[in-house]
Amino acid sequence: MDVPLSSGLQTDALVPALTVRRWVKTIIVLVMVSILTLLICVQYGTERIPLGEVFRLLLASSDIPAGSTGVSPGVILWEVRVPRLILAFLVGSSLATVGVALQALLRNPLADPYILGISSGAALGAALALQFGASWAFWGFSALHLFAFVGAAVTMIGIYHVAAAGGRIPVQTLLLAGVIINAILSALILFITSLSDSTSAFRLFFWLMGSLATLGYAGLLALAVYVILGTSLLFAQGRHLNLLSLGEEPAQGLGLEVEGVKRVIFFTSALLTGAVVAVSGLIGFVGMIVPHAVRMVLGPDHRLVLPAAALVGGTFLAIADTIARSLLAPSELPVGVITALCGGPFFIYLLVTRRTSQIG
Amino acid sequence: MDTCYRLEKVCFRYSDQWVLEDFSLEVRQGEILGIIGPNGSGKTSLLKLMAGLLRPQTGHITLGDQDLAQLTRRALARWMAVVPQENHVLFPFTVAEVVLMGRFVHQNGWGWESADDLRIARAVIRLMDLESVAQRTFQELSGGERQRTIIARALAQEAPILLLDEPTAYLDIKHQLEIYATLKRLNQDSGVTIVVVSHDLNLASQYCHRLLLLHEGRAFRTGSPTEVLTVEHLGIVYGCQVIIDQHPQAGTPRITLPAFVSGAAVVNRDTRTTIF
Repeated sequence: MDVPLSSGLQTDALVPALTVRRWVKTIIVLVMVSILTLLICVQYGTERIPLGEVFRLLLASSDIPAGSTGVSPGVILWEVRVPRLILAFLVGSSLATVGVALQALLRNPLADPYILGISSGAALGAALALQFGASWAFWGFSALHLFAFVGAAVTMIGIYHVAAAGGRIPVQTLLLAGVIINAILSALILFITSLSDSTSAFRLFFWLMGSLATLGYAGLLALAVYVILGTSLLFAQGRHLNLLSLGEEPAQGLGLEVEGVKRVIFFTSALLTGAVVAVSGLIGFVGMIVPHAVRMVLGPDHRLVLPAAALVGGTFLAIADTIARSLLAPSELPVGVITALCGGPFFIYLLVTRRTSQIG
Repeated sequence: MDTCYRLEKVCFRYSDQWVLEDFSLEVRQGEILGIIGPNGSGKTSLLKLMAGLLRPQTGHITLGDQDLAQLTRRALARWMAVVPQENHVLFPFTVAEVVLMGRFVHQNGWGWESADDLRIARAVIRLMDLESVAQRTFQELSGGERQRTIIARALAQEAPILLLDEPTAYLDIKHQLEIYATLKRLNQDSGVTIVVVSHDLNLASQYCHRLLLLHEGRAFRTGSPTEVLTVEHLGIVYGCQVIIDQHPQAGTPRITLPAFVSGAAVVNRDTRTTIF
């Protein structure tokens, strides 16, 4: 890594904060921490399965007794914990990655994946599904999932057209359009809820609070492919997001095709958020707090922050869900309660121990 | 000399009021052109039009022999580097990182900095006297250090044209001089064409080959500093009688603000209260 031309004491001072070597090291450490954490999480739930037992069951994967009565550790592990941890990891990764991208794109440190109003679209879809009692399923996804996703997608297109009059997407207009469409959709949701009976109103309420109830392996696989594609597309925007942190005009002056980049980030973020909201409801804090925490520790370079936030966000939500399942077992807390209660104080801790100027 | 920019009958407006009307200009390759004029005379808009950040409603801008409107951002950034007037950086990027972003247009894909990028960043950081703050974050810097960082970023771009909007606005006199001396050196040694918007008439007079005096969206005068900076011209455009003599060393016009404003008494501590 030596550069022969450099001389004098200042040489090291001019080496960039992020090198390939540091990137690889950081990501390897984070991957290992994530795997370790998931292995710890999988042991806990209504009933503890020790790690040795977990390994035995994981290695003998096909060894699920076909006619078992549903309480054997193998069934708990394979039918409940593993899929649920995977789901938590996928949802957390998506929310955190989208949070990083939107905070830089909208130049707003408070931006989170729900700020564009996509969540309300998903919620309206879910409310309609519950109201009409649609109960069919498709490839592991229930009608509620699909309605919610379609709601999110339609909302996203609506917001885009409101904001992108004239071909450009002014960031302020995008934020405003999101907030206003959010308000309109919330009113519609309240309207539908007031028409519906108390059971479906309660189900909607519970769905809104965020839940990672099991999706099934077919659905998980589809979601995993989708999430990996979407987050990779965002990872590739790392350098562009660095430039956007300088402002739109300076970024253009440096050679960035800003409008195209904004469009890619907007649609990718919206489609990821829509899918994630559809399968998990509204899980707050992950998309807002994780990006900040990662930036505070690793610095602002988005080439590293994006993938790191994906790993940290996934791990964070897996831990939160494990706590939500274990704390009051056998009953279960909404995972959003845990993310807020753990994430909030941790963030305050980071805030007071690090310089506040680093938030941006 | 070859023409590098040609603006033909350019009209531009933000909403209903024309900012530039029927505006034509030629920028010659290898010159330092200063754009001067009062507040709101269209200096910044003109610079942004030349940078392709704004598009004219009518008229054409050609760069070399190409239509500016047809060029991609990437192509434009290879042609010219821009130093904007206001600069904010959202996240705590260091000076070194901000300067390295100037290399974007020379990078591909994920764009890890090459040895070349680092060498050039190092050189411009030294040139702009930023070595001691290279690892500080942009947000921690003083106004002058920020300005120098942004100029360093533009220089890292290695473009043959440099567009600067008030590059010395926040700088003390030492750094004002250094910036202009650096611009002059770049111009002489590397043939960089420089267009600079300036409020400082004396620096513009000393360092620019030609000046463009803007008045209400039109070119009031274009020419050498001696042709443009006259008591009469400045009186009409700025509405203010100035004193002009010669710079004792450079021989260029030197502008001094009058001690009396349009016949009224000097406003000093003693008379301020009695003025109204």
